[in-house]
Amino acid sequence: MTKSYKKKRAVGNAVAHVLLVIISIIWLFPFVGLILQSFRSYDSKVEYGGMVDYLIPKHFSLDNYRFLFNGQTNYLKWYTNTIIIAFCVAALQTIIVLCVSYALSRMRFTGRTFLMRFWLILGMFPGFLTMICLYFLLKQFGLTQAGAVPGLILVGVASSGMGYYVCKGYFDTIPKALDEAARIDGATRARVFLTMTLPMSKPIIIYTALVAFMAPWCDYVFASYIAFGHDESYNVAVAMTRWVWTNDYQGYFTRFCAGGILVAIPVTVLFMCLQKYYVEGVTGGAVKG
Amino acid sequence: MGNSVNEIFSTIGKAVKKGDFKTRLSILILGFGQLLRGQILKGVAFLVLEAAFIWYLIGFGGKYFGKLNTLGTVATQKVGRKTVYGDNSFLILLFGILTLFVILFFILLWYINIKDNVKSQEMLAAGKKLPTNKEVFASLFDKHFDKTLLALPVTGIFVFTVLPIVFMICVAFTNYDKNHQAPTNLFTWVGFENFKRLLSFGQSGIGRTFIQVLAWTLIWAFFATFIDYFLGLGVAILINKKGVKFKKLWRTILVLTIAVPQFVSLLYIMKLFANDGLLNGYMMKWGWIDSPIQFWVNPLLARITIIVVNIWIGIPYMMLIATGLLMNIPEDLYESARIDGATGWQMFKKITLPYMLFVTGPFLLTQFTANLNNFNVIYLLTQGKPLSVNLKENAGSTDLLVTWLYKMTVTDTNYSLAAVIGIMVFIVTAVVSLVVYNTLPSVKDEEGFQ
Repeated sequence: MTKSYKKKRAVGNAVAHVLLVIISIIWLFPFVGLILQSFRSYDSKVEYGGMVDYLIPKHFSLDNYRFLFNGQTNYLKWYTNTIIIAFCVAALQTIIVLCVSYALSRMRFTGRTFLMRFWLILGMFPGFLTMICLYFLLKQFGLTQAGAVPGLILVGVASSGMGYYVCKGYFDTIPKALDEAARIDGATRARVFLTMTLPMSKPIIIYTALVAFMAPWCDYVFASYIAFGHDESYNVAVAMTRWVWTNDYQGYFTRFCAGGILVAIPVTVLFMCLQKYYVEGVTGGAVKG
Repeated sequence: MGNSVNEIFSTIGKAVKKGDFKTRLSILILGFGQLLRGQILKGVAFLVLEAAFIWYLIGFGGKYFGKLNTLGTVATQKVGRKTVYGDNSFLILLFGILTLFVILFFILLWYINIKDNVKSQEMLAAGKKLPTNKEVFASLFDKHFDKTLLALPVTGIFVFTVLPIVFMICVAFTNYDKNHQAPTNLFTWVGFENFKRLLSFGQSGIGRTFIQVLAWTLIWAFFATFIDYFLGLGVAILINKKGVKFKKLWRTILVLTIAVPQFVSLLYIMKLFANDGLLNGYMMKWGWIDSPIQFWVNPLLARITIIVVNIWIGIPYMMLIATGLLMNIPEDLYESARIDGATGWQMFKKITLPYMLFVTGPFLLTQFTANLNNFNVIYLLTQGKPLSVNLKENAGSTDLLVTWLYKMTVTDTNYSLAAVIGIMVFIVTAVVSLVVYNTLPSVKDEEGFQ
């Protein structure tokens, strides 16, 4: 009895491991492919830089990486644009979300439920319905094309108050009795918020900042619309997407791979380091809805 | 509701009938009463806001507001070689709406001012002291801290979300398209014309296209949500299984998909499945197929491929959530089930699945609505292609309502129709949310699993 049970279990485990290996191969394949192909030269004397029917390059070359930094394109500029946008959005959005969440979680004021319902309904409109209007508004202040970077920061931050759910859910779990005790001792609301609630909220602050930081790296819609036609204001997503959609003319594909890798590495490393907080935030948000 | 309306009118009535001259004058000059009663900070704030309002209305907003009913009558013309600019319908609509909001805000401000005056007067009559300037200021960080915290976010949402959305809802009732572009041409109100066009199935109508896109949007959202959900749950259970080694390694590999920016991974996968892509290349080299499989060209195949690729994106996310939740299920439930001789499948069906569905109900709903609007996956993979002669207005076979909306705005500049589609997206999302939300087990029966 125990022997057959053990045997069954061993078989079960073996099957599980085989499945996991297969899953891992499928999940890793695009990334491995991306890395390998980024080392295939686009120089027609060496190899072809477009679409080919083999994975491993015939000659190892760093041509693509050299191309990114030799000044033929604005790659460095796109990269700095994205970094600037990501850092500013992360910082400002986190501050706004924290403020809104604290107010909604801790304070009871007239219009509180109205505000929450109103924002919920507002969130059901598709985001880029507002695109032409925002473009016009930003243009009035010179924040399109050449000024697209601050413009995109503004767009990324302005409406972020509506994304308070996860953070408010976290604040709701901090006992109110702590606040009350501090207030009886004479601390103002502002002091309670700054010196008590915030230090206790490290995980949610990191989660909010991390999610806000990651978003601008993928922002294609607004970035391409607001920076339209002005190469120097593009972010990496817009610029790289253009390379892929040139329909392979001149073999920009491998250059896209190299550029994509350089974008992915820092973001991935950062994410992996802070993964713990991400999981906490996502799970908390999922359960509370 | 009735109570608050009553209160508003009784407050105003009190101010008119029983108010002293300070209160009465501040009906016209905001902040007057506060200034005379020594509350300089409040008084100045009210006064400045009133001045700003009048200045805005006369110097800027008024002229747009007046033309809101026609959206302009004087077209831009060329007189000889000079262009004489007429009305700009875009500006009239946008600033007209803004002015409307400003007027509403001013009425609110006016009421708050009257209420404050009445209250102060009553307090003084009762022999109490009014809060000093310093106290008023300090309360912004204590009793009224919410106002300090929310002022900036609410303003931001108003300017960058509320105003544009109201503007676009209005655009849905105009003929603002590529033939009526401001500032050269005027556009005007057309009533429900655009809605009729979207929902009519005749020659000129695009009802058929709309229904097809809507159907695909719903089908896509359904599959993208539920396939990912169950497969993700399966993978989480697999990794959680006792006896599986390197749990952390498997999780890390899957999580890579979330970490790497989507435009990098999705664009690469798009090329992977292309006709001249790696997948077709290898299969032809190995002699499995003679001609490339048309992953992105055949409409049905494109739809299936998108759903499959989305599994690649969706599983890790669900796996992360499920992993945390699975550990919350008490182990003794499984223990006693095992003693009763339950098989693994039975335990999954009777314990794991009900628990997960209960806890993640709201999450499933948000996932579903997010997938209805999942722009990135569709646009980066196919941009809505392949196009079809059966579909009008440049809609493609894999277009969701949102990608269609996007193309209409950016490529076709058919703003009025885009606005109508936007409203439709809102209606679909709202209806789905309302219906599903009310049937969720965790909403109906909050104590269910505690």
